[in-house]
Amino acid sequence: MSLLLGAFTVLAVAAGAFFFLAGTVGLLRFPDPLSRLHALTKADNLGLGLIVLGLLPQAGSVASALKLVLVWLLVQFASAAASQLIARTARAGGAPRGGPRA
Amino acid sequence: MSPATLFGIMAAGLIGIGLYGLIVHPGALRKLLSFNLVGAGVFLLFGVAAQRGAGAGFTGDPVPQALVITGIVVAFAASALAVALLLRLIEVEHEDDAS
Amino acid sequence: MMMVFDSALALLVLGVALLVVNANGARTAVIGFIALGLLLAVVWVRLGSVDVALTEAAIGGGATGILLLRACGRLRPSVSDTPSPGIILRIVAAALPVLLVVAIVAVVLDMPEPAPSLAAQAAAPMPELGLGNPVTAVLLAFRALDTLLEKVVLLLALLGVWSLTQDGRWGGAPPALDDGVAKGSLTLLARVLPPIGIVAGIYLVWAGADHPGGTFQGGAVLAGMWLLVMMAGLSKPPETAARWVRLALFAGPALFLAVGFAGFFIADGFLAYPPGLAKPIIVAVEAALTLSIAVIIALMVAGPAAKAPR
Repeated sequence: MSLLLGAFTVLAVAAGAFFFLAGTVGLLRFPDPLSRLHALTKADNLGLGLIVLGLLPQAGSVASALKLVLVWLLVQFASAAASQLIARTARAGGAPRGGPRA
Repeated sequence: MSPATLFGIMAAGLIGIGLYGLIVHPGALRKLLSFNLVGAGVFLLFGVAAQRGAGAGFTGDPVPQALVITGIVVAFAASALAVALLLRLIEVEHEDDAS
Repeated sequence: MMMVFDSALALLVLGVALLVVNANGARTAVIGFIALGLLLAVVWVRLGSVDVALTEAAIGGGATGILLLRACGRLRPSVSDTPSPGIILRIVAAALPVLLVVAIVAVVLDMPEPAPSLAAQAAAPMPELGLGNPVTAVLLAFRALDTLLEKVVLLLALLGVWSLTQDGRWGGAPPALDDGVAKGSLTLLARVLPPIGIVAGIYLVWAGADHPGGTFQGGAVLAGMWLLVMMAGLSKPPETAARWVRLALFAGPALFLAVGFAGFFIADGFLAYPPGLAKPIIVAVEAALTLSIAVIIALMVAGPAAKAPR
């Protein structure tokens, strides 16, 4: 059982790390602020979610597990608000929508 | 190499980078940032001393840790004062330009 | 395995530090500095100083970050983007830091063995104090005088900020922290997060007696919540002459001083705690200090008064 849970943790955390990597690549490679934000928030939330999911079996107690879930929820909430703000500022500053224009 | 040595060398690097920025940047805000880098490096050296002094069941010597906590807060206070001075200086320059 | 992680972390810290120093715009440099604060918090965890990691994340990254970003927005571009010296001058200027780095590395590699430590001395009287966190014990019991004086330094720094108030505006309110634009998501965040943040801040102080945490970390979190509400435009900065502001600023240092002088009568001297009562006294002082620290940090970020008092 513990071996199975260990394997689950490794898989989920590795998948989470992969999403972080993908998000970082998107942040560096995408052309305009809005699509960069898209890459960052989607990958961050999913990546962190998977890492938290993977760590849940290792938390030891229900209280610690709930704290981990709370961390994930708070980060999602804060990053959603922050990306809204960045997107608004980028649009107000005349950033192109849907990629660079000719 | 132990973590303490590794991060000690990193702290030395931070101090060097901060000092370099302090010398080459003419702008006051950039100088303030560089000065804070130097401060962060010095604090980390305290952290290295704390980790090396781990004992009595603690992960580190509590005395340097307490000093650094005090230091970080005072560094923030100094930065706040510097920023306020900087903004007031710009206001004064603006008033001079206008008159 | 941890060695690989530590090395990568150290390289990342130095890389971000180089970005802070070499970035073209002041804003990029400040954002790099905030990221550096968070990375340094991880370094502190790796060094086993969780209390310091919390302080670094809350104050080094968070509070200093807001302060510098706001300063960036109010700087004229000509001031922040002044050209840097040429390449030759840069190389010459790098010589001194390189020498210093070599000297410090030499010191780091040649630290005394065994390492000097006060951990055992700090641990011995802790059961009597009723505290489980040695850092809190050092801050509020063994070196309480330092902590008291530090509060005075914070108050003096706030007075320094206030002393830059323009004529006729003394005692008025600092400039509003929002830019007057309705920001839906920020308003939502500023309505939902503070209840959680206030509980977390108070928990950090309460848990600080036995676990990592304490007055600075909790106070910084509380200040952050207040700043969030002000940045969303849900409340305005208070007048700096308002009575409750002055009382909140004064509460922590005043109670600390009162306890210090009471030590002459109920214990062995200045800042000595009577046996058996150490823990309740320390918790009371911490509560008052947290309030003062939160108000001081928030008002420092808000800056000097910009409007004449009503």
